[in-house]
Amino acid sequence: MTSSTLKRTALFESHVDAGAKIVPFAGWEMPVQYADGIRAEHMAVRDKAGIFDVSHMGEVEIQGPGAGAFVQHLYSNDVTKMSIGSAQYALLCADDGGVLDDLFTYRLGPEHYLTVTNASNHESDYAWMCAHTEGFDVEVTDVADRIAMLAVQGPVAREIVQTIADMPLPARMTASRGIVFGREMLVCGTGYTGEDGVELLVDRDDAPAVWAEIVRRGAKPAGLAARDTLRLEACFHLYGNDLSTDRNPIEAGLGWACKEATGFVGSEAVAAARAAGPEQKLVPFKLTGSGIARQGNPVVGGGEVTSGTMSPCLGIGIGMAYLPTERATVGDEFEIDVRGKTRTAVVASKPLYDKETDG
Amino acid sequence: MAEASYPDDLLYHCEHDWAKVDGDVATFGITWFAQDALGEVVFFDPPEVGTSVTADEFYAEVESVKAVSDVIAPLSGEIVEVNTALAEATEAINEDPYGEGWMVRVKLSNPSEVETLLDRDSYVGGLS
Repeated sequence: MTSSTLKRTALFESHVDAGAKIVPFAGWEMPVQYADGIRAEHMAVRDKAGIFDVSHMGEVEIQGPGAGAFVQHLYSNDVTKMSIGSAQYALLCADDGGVLDDLFTYRLGPEHYLTVTNASNHESDYAWMCAHTEGFDVEVTDVADRIAMLAVQGPVAREIVQTIADMPLPARMTASRGIVFGREMLVCGTGYTGEDGVELLVDRDDAPAVWAEIVRRGAKPAGLAARDTLRLEACFHLYGNDLSTDRNPIEAGLGWACKEATGFVGSEAVAAARAAGPEQKLVPFKLTGSGIARQGNPVVGGGEVTSGTMSPCLGIGIGMAYLPTERATVGDEFEIDVRGKTRTAVVASKPLYDKETDG
Repeated sequence: MAEASYPDDLLYHCEHDWAKVDGDVATFGITWFAQDALGEVVFFDPPEVGTSVTADEFYAEVESVKAVSDVIAPLSGEIVEVNTALAEATEAINEDPYGEGWMVRVKLSNPSEVETLLDRDSYVGGLS
């Protein structure tokens, strides 16, 4: 893909002005880090607050009398558990149970849902949804181009946003419309860092002013690289690394987000995988010696690393890997072939970084 | 080190490595350009003292948060010293690539290879 076909978020100029390194990511020109570097951004989110432009993520609105039945038909979780204003994590599965995407959905009204998609899957998700509307009285709308998404994360993230909000911020895993810094937006008590915070879904024209004000009030701009190290310390899955169409949710450790009794597309395959038990399981790991394992490194004796990095908080190599189930218990040691060198690792519990015990 | 710098008294390899030659011993490291392209280095995997290195081939690995990179030897010889301080302080590679961030010292096996390296201006000219 050439740069001329890459999309820019509403905040592109803000990033360049802040000294960001811009990289192509899932069809977008995105800031991977700013002038002070990944470590400083990572620690700002753990200790205080950081702000991420995640406008590359897509949004799909589902409305109409059949909206609830429609999302239940496609999403793996029990959508009837969502009250108005609540958020839910679910998978979009293919008929064979392979994971097409992992999604956060907000119920905005009795017949109104908003789903956030991964940038790399947005177009195929939307096409998949549109291809399944038959028999449902529902309107599915791609609203990604209109919406910018800012994630403000960290122990003081809420405090910063609250000072410019006209309403109390929504609790964790809920969402509400409100006015922040004079702009109407959807405020969501969600995130991808393992810290408290909010995500703001705002009209793209309003995004630069809101971004600038939150930065002015002390949130440090943070890029995709810090977002990745933060999510991995917290053991959140990344689609394309830890999730793919070749893996079912049971292998991926996401059985908790699948309620097969609802009969969603792929539920029979997921139920069969659950009953049979997975041959391999996705587990978090820590390296016990030096080195860093990376995505694609083979596990000696079977399995594969799907995410790996150096943990800025722990100072050791961490990651997630699919391991044979019989060797995937917390405390089990295994070896990873890292570019021809054998590195030793141990299966760890979630999250890899725990502020209470590791802080 | 925020600003690009390329000292005059070093010799450069086009793979963004430098050598400081002192008689038949040379010190190796990576250039400002290399550390800037890598981003924050978080791991340095050095060779052992006594191993042979060959010009234009890799002798060590550096990893930043996002990438792994081979470090290329500008000259051939035998490793006589490794900067062990880097194990605990990889940030020196970013902050002081020509000083505290040096990587190895090598007893040169073929000092005439020095003539294949670039001077500062030739190296910097190739960056733009």
